[in-house]
Amino acid sequence: MKHLLGLKDVSADEIKNILDTAEIMKKRLDEDIKKFDELKGKSVITVFFENSTRTRLSFELASKYLGANAANITSTGSSVAKGETLIDTVKTINMMAADILVVRHSSSGAPKLVSENVDCSVVNAGDGMNEHPTQALLDMLTIREKKGTISGLKVAIIGDVKHSRVARSNIYGLKKMGAEVVLAGPATLLPSQLEELGVRVYTDVEKAIDGADVVMGLRIQLERQRAGNFPTVREYSKLFGVNEERLRLAKPDAILLHPGPVNRGVSLRAK
Amino acid sequence: MKILIKGGNVIDPANNISEKLDILTDGKVIEAVGKDISSPDAKVINAERLTVIPGIVDIHVHFRDPGYEYKEDIISGSRAAARGGVTSVACMPNTKPALDCEALIQYVKNKAEKAGIINVFPVGCISKGLKGEELAEIGELKAAGAVGVSDDGRPVISSILMRRALEYANMFDIPVMSHSEDLGLVDGGSMNEGYMSTYLGLRGIPKAAESVAVTRDILIAEEVGAKIHICHVSTANSIDAVRQAKKRGVRVTCETAPHYFSLTDAACDGFNTNAKMNPPLRSAEDVEAVIAGLADGTIDAIATDHAPHHIDEKNVEFDKALNGIIGLETSLSLGITKLVNTGKLTLCELIKKMTYNPAKIIGTDRGTLSVGAPADITIFDAAEEYVVDVSKFASKSKNSPYGGMKLCGVVKKTIANGKIVYDGGGKE
Repeated sequence: MKHLLGLKDVSADEIKNILDTAEIMKKRLDEDIKKFDELKGKSVITVFFENSTRTRLSFELASKYLGANAANITSTGSSVAKGETLIDTVKTINMMAADILVVRHSSSGAPKLVSENVDCSVVNAGDGMNEHPTQALLDMLTIREKKGTISGLKVAIIGDVKHSRVARSNIYGLKKMGAEVVLAGPATLLPSQLEELGVRVYTDVEKAIDGADVVMGLRIQLERQRAGNFPTVREYSKLFGVNEERLRLAKPDAILLHPGPVNRGVSLRAK
Repeated sequence: MKILIKGGNVIDPANNISEKLDILTDGKVIEAVGKDISSPDAKVINAERLTVIPGIVDIHVHFRDPGYEYKEDIISGSRAAARGGVTSVACMPNTKPALDCEALIQYVKNKAEKAGIINVFPVGCISKGLKGEELAEIGELKAAGAVGVSDDGRPVISSILMRRALEYANMFDIPVMSHSEDLGLVDGGSMNEGYMSTYLGLRGIPKAAESVAVTRDILIAEEVGAKIHICHVSTANSIDAVRQAKKRGVRVTCETAPHYFSLTDAACDGFNTNAKMNPPLRSAEDVEAVIAGLADGTIDAIATDHAPHHIDEKNVEFDKALNGIIGLETSLSLGITKLVNTGKLTLCELIKKMTYNPAKIIGTDRGTLSVGAPADITIFDAAEEYVVDVSKFASKSKNSPYGGMKLCGVVKKTIANGKIVYDGGGKE
């Protein structure tokens, strides 16, 4: 596997392989001296055209822990602000002997375009409303840790599905790993013909959560949506928020995941 | 120079001709159509086993001249047309500056005449500077040679401006060629809304963004009794709106483009920007509806919406890529491959929608092989297959989704105003 552009192109075996590796790697975080050499001598460049806390830092730290030379550029402090095209920017980085580019971009498909124009590997760290494969891999790792398996579980994904790349990657990944995926959100935030991805879709959150093993809340992607998809945050929270009462409809041992950032009190409300 | 085309299968829908005949031109107009014509001083073209039709009339192209000559200009666009068997085009006014005054209409006409390749009929703007605010000087545009008015590329958002344009243009008997689109419903979308937009995570454009606007424009035209031509229809409901309006006697015509009967939005998979256009490629049901609309006469004409863009404008993120594909050099073979060879239309019906009907919409006497008509003639091999090679296109731009596709129907010779303007070789 040269690139990781999305889970729609990755097989169940490959996902399992990644999760198995991640399980081993995760233990490294408990080591006293976090300096290893799996990526020794490699250059990992995070190229982020959108804001990020978790994703960028986790890539940067993981690269460093594994001995790589890590560097990062963002759209505001780079030639992108001077009008350079995406392709020219990444070709330039590629020429500096980069081995892996980790790309986040607001346009769906941008990492694929990058991969077609460089000879190094490309990892998608989130593109538009398309995919966020590493977030979904992390979610699957968490589910496997807590539940022992993914196959046969009912996973309910709740909220702004339309604008969510996390939802899409989770749908592709979880389906491949044998989970049942159900989705719920307001009709204005459910994309067209979603059922054709092999999922069940509800506008009633409670129906989706009923009997779920895993409940995943999604943030309202305010930066990606135009105004007016729902009347008020208050009504949204009331009808579609994941709260304690609704969680009681899930299995007693159900777990709750949220990719973050959490808009507290809106998509999730603590007890 | 006289040209005698011998033994071709002549199809001339305007005169209900579909038989093996000879055609003689006197160097400008068609002098005779009949059996066993001889003319000792004419250059003879042997058209045995070839099809001879009126030169194709494409009433929707973008030649990008003036202003965007790096994409296409009147000369390169004319050569692309000739290579596709097209002898007349109506070119849209969304140039820079936009064709909204007499001088610019004359510029297009003069440059095309000087090039002497094909007939280029300019379309003038509906509104000054395509701004959608005030009417352009439509009377003067018509007098200068505009064959229609359009703000193509963007819709006339204001319903009252559309009404005024229809009433006003009607006085000069030129069609308002409407790019009908409700931008509110488009809501920043970059491809058709459906499974593929969900799968790719791209914003979808609902079909109603087109059909709502088509319906509005038809209703306004109906009320004022004006002639309206709907550009590039792509959805089942748009076509049905036209069908119902025609039944009510509304003076409405419409065109579709080859991509709307040959491709679905599945072509966008992999973020293929050469499948990005406006209106967007639609669903399989819409393709069926387009074909049904062509077959039952609801759709009058096939026009390419030939929209050249530089590679740097296409080799970018999908949502940032410009809309449109080129079409002049593939339209005839797409019609043959996707409509005639599939049994949806007869060759004669296809040719009518590419010659006589569109000529009538823009009010020219071309698109026929009548004696005395200008000698615009296309000769092609309806059975020859080829693989589309975009590098061979005469257009300056190569933004076509058909590269590598096997199509049927190869243009051998194109004659415009009695002069051979494209010679693809073959039998003489």
